[in-house]
Amino acid sequence: MSREYIYPAFGRFWHWAQSFLILFLALTGFEIHGSLRFFGYEQAVRFHNFAAWSFLVLIAFAIFWHFTTDEWRQYVPTWENLKAQAEYYLFGIFQDAPHPTQKSRQRKLNPLQKIVYAGLKLFVLPLVWISGLLYMFYRYPQRYDVLALDVTALQPIAFAHTLGAFALLCFLVAHLYLTTTGHTLTSNLKAMVTGWEEMHGDETHSAAEPALAPAEDAAAQPAGPAR
Amino acid sequence: MKKIFLALIGLAVAASLVVTAVRRTDAGPKPIEALRQTYRAKAKPSVDHGLFTQLKGPFARPQQVTAACISCHNGRHTEVMASSHWNWERIEYVEGKGIRAIGKKNVLNNFCIGVAGSQQSCDKCHAGYGWADSSFDFKDPLNVDCLACHDNGGTYAKKIGGAGMPADGLDLALVAQKVGRPQRTNCGTCHAFGGGGNNVKHGDLDMAQFDTTRDVDVHLGTDGADMSCVDCHTAEKHQMLGKAYSLSSMNRNRVACERCHGAVPHEDELLNQHGYKVSCQTCHIPEYAKVNATKMRWDWSTAGKLKDGKPYEEEDGQGNHAYMSIKGTFTWAKNVRPEYVWFNGTASHHLLGEKFDPGKPLVLNTLYGQYDEPDAKIVPVKVHRAKQIYDTKNLTLIQPKLFSAAPGDGGYWGDFDWKAAAAAGMKEVGLPFSGSYGFAETEMNWPLNHMVAPKGKSVTCEECHVREGGRLASVGGFYMPGRDRSRLLDGLGTLLLLGSFAGVVVHGGARFWFWRRRQGGK
Repeated sequence: MSREYIYPAFGRFWHWAQSFLILFLALTGFEIHGSLRFFGYEQAVRFHNFAAWSFLVLIAFAIFWHFTTDEWRQYVPTWENLKAQAEYYLFGIFQDAPHPTQKSRQRKLNPLQKIVYAGLKLFVLPLVWISGLLYMFYRYPQRYDVLALDVTALQPIAFAHTLGAFALLCFLVAHLYLTTTGHTLTSNLKAMVTGWEEMHGDETHSAAEPALAPAEDAAAQPAGPAR
Repeated sequence: MKKIFLALIGLAVAASLVVTAVRRTDAGPKPIEALRQTYRAKAKPSVDHGLFTQLKGPFARPQQVTAACISCHNGRHTEVMASSHWNWERIEYVEGKGIRAIGKKNVLNNFCIGVAGSQQSCDKCHAGYGWADSSFDFKDPLNVDCLACHDNGGTYAKKIGGAGMPADGLDLALVAQKVGRPQRTNCGTCHAFGGGGNNVKHGDLDMAQFDTTRDVDVHLGTDGADMSCVDCHTAEKHQMLGKAYSLSSMNRNRVACERCHGAVPHEDELLNQHGYKVSCQTCHIPEYAKVNATKMRWDWSTAGKLKDGKPYEEEDGQGNHAYMSIKGTFTWAKNVRPEYVWFNGTASHHLLGEKFDPGKPLVLNTLYGQYDEPDAKIVPVKVHRAKQIYDTKNLTLIQPKLFSAAPGDGGYWGDFDWKAAAAAGMKEVGLPFSGSYGFAETEMNWPLNHMVAPKGKSVTCEECHVREGGRLASVGGFYMPGRDRSRLLDGLGTLLLLGSFAGVVVHGGARFWFWRRRQGGK
């Protein structure tokens, strides 16, 4: 058994800040939507707007980080091992079968995660923040003559924003559950907190073990500061 | 570990940013404070009218007072004679009807219906002397009543049923020596008593406002700005700013809150943005008729019941007239939550002689406006509903003659004969009466502008941004967060979310079951 540093510091900070922001935005957002009462409408709007701006700042930093560190390559969807991963969640997991994908610093995501997270980053989150910005900057008809922003009704904006919110919530439920599918119920959670994942021998001997990432990719990765 | 520590510091910084953004500090005096100071300072009159020999009197006739006024203020009477306080009509463009001279003179309402045939009584509130019938000379400057608006001594009054003449036994010289800028009581004597009693018509104009607290009215409250009507309803050459949409139809000459408070009066930009589509009054007049009740419904069809051949009155529990033989049945209400409509500043009026469909309520003054019009905003209104007399054959509203100077003159309040009253009234306005009458449902919209509540009592966000039963529940044409949603999306979204949970339970349950079986096998 060995330890491997999977999640670097900024990635963890980004992950946790984002998760708290999304939870907070969901809470305040669904209060604004009229689904629940918690802070009171006025505070809910205030908090939601502030959290939204915080989220946008975080996203800006995260995008910068993804590109400067080449981290974005981790999210490029692949067919490789996809079927094995799906079969693992459908069947293998119940029989205590080994994980078909081995985690490493260069491959923190399994093929299913790659697809889901890429969809999240490319479609769901942009849907939410673009509709959110339109929501904030929506100006009533014909005011200020800003024709570029002359959306005739708030309704489609609100629809898109709510749609994104539901999608994020569903993701959250599945995501939280899937954190329990590591070697132990909490090992994935621990790794996302500390950055270090326990590597298990049985896994390294897995028949479905994929080839390691090409050497030049590995070279492109900075060696985490704490290593 | 160091990384966790750094992450925690990051979160702490973010949290303190939240707190800083939410907490606001006040810097310097706000514009509202400057306004308060401006209006608290009361102007002192520059002259003492008590010292003018022209006003020593004695005055046998009120017209002599007017002559004395004009002898110094020469030409001012022509200004009054060009105003709607004198003419009781003005030229208005009514959408779909063209340019018309309309006003109290010829537009029907659903309170005392109209002045025609009853001038003797109604014209108590005319800014003139002696308008008893259609023979009144609107060109005679001596008939201008300066005192009604300018008496500052509080002793002037007009005679009941006296066609605008002063009450008997007044010392007109004393009144004339104490004239000045109009006070709350000068305006309120008529504007708070429209419709035949205190606070009957508007609901937000009550004699209680002559001396009230800022809780009732922040502007008029003596413990608040202590303003007078003419501080907002300013006049240039006796043309008062402000209008009532019971009679007006054009978007002009309105008193706007923004004149003093500006277009962006709130510190919170989000509240300022509401001002694009929501009038100030919508949030700042949460209720009206805060001291005395106002009339909400007037059913003329029950009028005319007599006891021992004599008219009588009945009161409701709160001391308001519930029934009067001369007027019918009333419903009153206090602390009323307004109704809300889109309004772009233009209105239409049902004009004398127009046909209508008695099958549905007739709106006497339609307020125009919808969400996507640049000038339209949501405004609070008092809606007064009534059943009033109409011609069942000609399908027109009837102008009945109400006031009766002598038995047999057709005046309903003396003879209690609707047919005679209708015939006399319609003759007065020059319209046919078929001889058969009924009672039709009518509605009037009274935009609310007074009884502005103190800041802390404004309408709160939740009162409108709520799924059901909000103040704006029936105001349509736009999407309001908190009230509106797509039922389909919410339904599917909830289903998807529940499905996700179900998936977790099934998958997790299966894992647990297989794990238990493996444990058992070992």
